[in-house]
Amino acid sequence: MTNYIGKSVKRVEDKRFITGQGNYTDDIKIPNMVHAYIVRSPYAHAHVKNIDTAEALKVPGVVSILTGADIPEAIAGVPCGWQVDFKNGDTMKEPPHPLLVRGTVRHVGDGVAVVMAETKAIAKDAADLIDVDYDVLDAVADPKKAAEPGAPQVHPDCPGNLCFDWELGNPKEEVAAALASAHHVTELDFVNQRVVPNAMETRGVVAQYDTAYDKYTIWTSTQNPHLIRLLMCAFVLGIPEHKVRVVGPDVGGGFGSKIFHYAEEALLVWASKHIGRPIKWTCDRSEAFMTDAHGRDHNSNAKMGFDKDGKIVALQATTFANLGAYLSTFAPAVPTYLHGTLMQGLYTTPKVNVDVKAMFTHTNAVDAYRGAGRPEATYLLERLLDLAALEMDMDPAELRLKNFIPAFDGVEQPGYQTQVALQYDSGNYEPVLKRALEMVGYENFRKDQAAALSTNKILGIGFSTYIEACGIAPSAVVGALGARAGLFESAQVRVQPTGKVSVYTGSHSHGQGHETTFAQIVADKMGIALEDVEIIHGDSDSVAFGMGTYGSRSLAVGGSAIVKSIEKVLDKGAKVAAHLLEASVDDLDYAEGKWTVKGTDKSVSFGDVSLTAYVPHNYPEGLEPGLDFSSFYDPANFTYPFGAHIAIVEIDKETGATKLLRFIAVDDVGNVINPMIVDGQIHGGLAQGIGQAMHEGALYDDTGQLINGSYMDYCMPRADDFPSFEIDRTVTPCPHNPLGVKGAGEAGCIGSTPAVVNAVVDALWKAGYKVKDIPMPMTPERVWTAMQG
Amino acid sequence: MIPISFNYKKASSVDEALSLMTDDAKILGGGHSLIPALKLRLNSVDTLIDISKIENIKGINDNAQSVTVGGGATHASIASNSALAKAAPMMAEAAHTIGDRQVRNMGTIGGSIAHADPAADWPAVLLASDANVVIKNKTGQREVDIDQFFTGFYETALADGEIITAIRIPKTAYNANSVYEKFKQPASRFAIVGIAAAAEMDGNVVKALRIGVTGLAEVAFRPMEVEKELIGKELTEANIDAALGTIANGVSVMGDHYASEKYRTHLAKVYTKRALLRLK
Ligand SMILES: Cc1cc2nc3c(=O)[nH]c(=O)nc-3n(C[C@H](O)[C@H](O)[C@H](O)COP(=O)(O)OP(=O)(O)OC[C@H]3O[C@@H](n4cnc5c(N)ncnc54)[C@H](O)[C@@H]3O)c2cc1C
Repeated sequence: MTNYIGKSVKRVEDKRFITGQGNYTDDIKIPNMVHAYIVRSPYAHAHVKNIDTAEALKVPGVVSILTGADIPEAIAGVPCGWQVDFKNGDTMKEPPHPLLVRGTVRHVGDGVAVVMAETKAIAKDAADLIDVDYDVLDAVADPKKAAEPGAPQVHPDCPGNLCFDWELGNPKEEVAAALASAHHVTELDFVNQRVVPNAMETRGVVAQYDTAYDKYTIWTSTQNPHLIRLLMCAFVLGIPEHKVRVVGPDVGGGFGSKIFHYAEEALLVWASKHIGRPIKWTCDRSEAFMTDAHGRDHNSNAKMGFDKDGKIVALQATTFANLGAYLSTFAPAVPTYLHGTLMQGLYTTPKVNVDVKAMFTHTNAVDAYRGAGRPEATYLLERLLDLAALEMDMDPAELRLKNFIPAFDGVEQPGYQTQVALQYDSGNYEPVLKRALEMVGYENFRKDQAAALSTNKILGIGFSTYIEACGIAPSAVVGALGARAGLFESAQVRVQPTGKVSVYTGSHSHGQGHETTFAQIVADKMGIALEDVEIIHGDSDSVAFGMGTYGSRSLAVGGSAIVKSIEKVLDKGAKVAAHLLEASVDDLDYAEGKWTVKGTDKSVSFGDVSLTAYVPHNYPEGLEPGLDFSSFYDPANFTYPFGAHIAIVEIDKETGATKLLRFIAVDDVGNVINPMIVDGQIHGGLAQGIGQAMHEGALYDDTGQLINGSYMDYCMPRADDFPSFEIDRTVTPCPHNPLGVKGAGEAGCIGSTPAVVNAVVDALWKAGYKVKDIPMPMTPERVWTAMQG
Repeated sequence: MIPISFNYKKASSVDEALSLMTDDAKILGGGHSLIPALKLRLNSVDTLIDISKIENIKGINDNAQSVTVGGGATHASIASNSALAKAAPMMAEAAHTIGDRQVRNMGTIGGSIAHADPAADWPAVLLASDANVVIKNKTGQREVDIDQFFTGFYETALADGEIITAIRIPKTAYNANSVYEKFKQPASRFAIVGIAAAAEMDGNVVKALRIGVTGLAEVAFRPMEVEKELIGKELTEANIDAALGTIANGVSVMGDHYASEKYRTHLAKVYTKRALLRLK
């Protein structure tokens, strides 16, 4: 065999990326194209009394200026892709989200008008001349305050700013009773703050209408071309799907924020026909801060009860989740089915109840951001566990070992059914924690920590043992939970006559390295060279269908679809080979790119079989020519990666400045195709998770202004903010997909955040400052304030 | 991120730059304060006169009494200059903390002090060094004592149309014994507080002392009472602590989402102490 699987094959896409030859949306230039600039609201909440475009229209080079009033009423606005019902069964509130505002702006950055001109500079100059008369209204930015009586209302038809309320798990009374009789209850009020995704490539759209074919083409920086087409055609513009081609060219990062269908996409598609010219819009960084769907923003209370041996007896989690002003595509799923369902973690907790109120506020939309709901659940659980250990004077590692679900492989032993709807596929949790403890040198650390107490630099250690639900997702299950789409994946394996292979996948890489990982699988399974495989993605005209890349799904779902198609190709290939070798299919072995008659040296190569399939002169009777198969793979379950993360921090007692000294991550993502790429995914995830703990956080003030919407104010972590990560893996294969893979895209981000906060709290606690929480990001001032008593 | 359109003129000498100067024109140095402001449309300008290619204001000259740093010298060239490393080690130390490599390669000391960002590093260092700012205008040349240079929030003694051609750092015993300590804003890496300290010692006792503080207040300043209090004393923790109480006297302390007034004042004390304890 060629044996690419399991090897750190260098990424084939990197040559074009690092030599500046990537083709991103902003690189696309079409003759006669105009440039769009969107005028955005500087206020969080206001009535738009008048929009005066007269002066702007006089600027030479301006082609058209459109406002909400110019868009036909029939164009509904941006739809939501997931429905969550109220506890009483009522459908969630789904207020309209027009492409450009009609009458009221609801967050800073809400689109008010679009200027289209010969150059972006002209569009911007003209935009400065548009006079918008605002009647500024009170705003609310905080989800908890939005629920208070008398809070400013975001939408007239959403009383109390409530989108829905939702509950999962055991009855509340049972949880309350278990907590009441618990030996110890740890309670924590905390905020999981809002973060800005900050993909390196900002969003962008190019839209073109072709009168000859009555067809639109849109290039958009997306994680999800087919879903964009479906939502835009069927729900926004009412254009038949075959009349729209959506291309996601090279995409420079997304972290979730490019899953969703944005107003600008539909706006440009519609406007391209309306003005009769192709249009390009490229988001400024300042605009990205205001309008890329944000992540997290939960305000929670949590109570965890323990018996006297430290066994968890119950968990009650209560959360106000901020959805922003409008529902983004998957927003309702994030605080519910991607969050509440993970509240059992790795533990045997017998009673769990999760209660969520999803709130509208005068802020930008919040939706899935790397991990999406699962980091919030992990944060809640893991903060409680370390805090409980401090409060009960127990060891945080011991406490976890006591509560872990025993190992199960999902084959010999069944999957593990939690109290919160999910059935874990396979798990073996002790080894990840034990390996992490070994790597950190736990006993020695505690000695160093004690010694440091007499100095100005105190030390702390924090743990996090997490589980996540990835490989999103079995369609019937998510359908029952409110998804308005399936979450399968498609793959077509097209063998060319010369035996070279083109693979069309519905997964859409935006940095993950699919062109390498998928090619490794194809090359291995087909016994051909990696160079003979080409991976094609991101174009709705060439790829049959796709649900895109997010939720660590590409390999587990998209990769499995590829495997199915490979199997079909090899099955048919065997028939051709059997004919050529004058043997029966059952007598053939396939290895190293050729079919061999068992026990002989008679063989025929994959290349010859391919050629025969396309030049079928000497060919099995009744068999169709060609060698080209499509498959759709719908997973049987989610996959459940898990791991143990440990952070060690040093705090300057005089200033509160915190330095991350070490970070250990032992993750189990199932089988690994390309270790280097998985390491890269883990590293990037850790940087984002640690970034949330220490540096990042979008700040809206009480008037709904985003006060740190630039890189001068919003701290993105940089390489020199981190130590060299110490990472390792265990392997517990997924029992229900053909590759045994679980997914690695989000693990680093999900596990790391609470470990860092726990480390700071541990340091402070051991130094005598018994604080329960340091709000994230743990800025020096916040840590210093905690030490001022 | 597109500025309003402007004219661009490249000057090959200071005299040429001055002759091109009009009421609506602005000098372009390294562009690392001006261009971002223009791109965000916080600022607009009719004409930019680029002085970054004028060779004779980019150098650093080692003279008998002083080191003369060209107004167009980049942060990077200061960071690696050996004469300054001896005459005023705080200069190199501060230069290394500015932004990142790209910023240091483009940004200039003249541009920085002309801009007078209250969180910039050079104001503190130059105040501590007792520098003189050499300024040229259409009618001639003048020198301004650094103590008179920073006049307010983004305000200086520079008149419209004037160009900073050089900064003279005197070769004094205190400059030879000088340090810079900075607490960075993690996003911008500007100073939350930056403390430059220069002392001439008589054995263990302070003979002369200059301290420059940036980041704390709306304009960089010298905490004169602290300096005075420590003259004739040893730089012990106790003496320093006793002197630091007055550090924010008479200045209006800044506060923002990242560091409140209270915390900034606390940091100024901690960092001044750290700087002073490093002086030999
Ligand atoms: C990402 C980033 C990080 C930064 N971090 C720091 C930091 O940590 N610490 C810090 O101190 N600074 C920092 N800066 C600012 C940087 O040091 C700037 O380079 C400096 O403030 C301005 O110098 P310049 O040569 O770029 O001036 P320009 O931007 O070209 O000009 C600034 C102003 O000075 C005027 N001017 C320029 N040169 C002269 C002259 N010779 N005579 C008279 N007027 C002149 C211009 O007309 C303009 O008004 C940072 C900047 C960036 C972009």
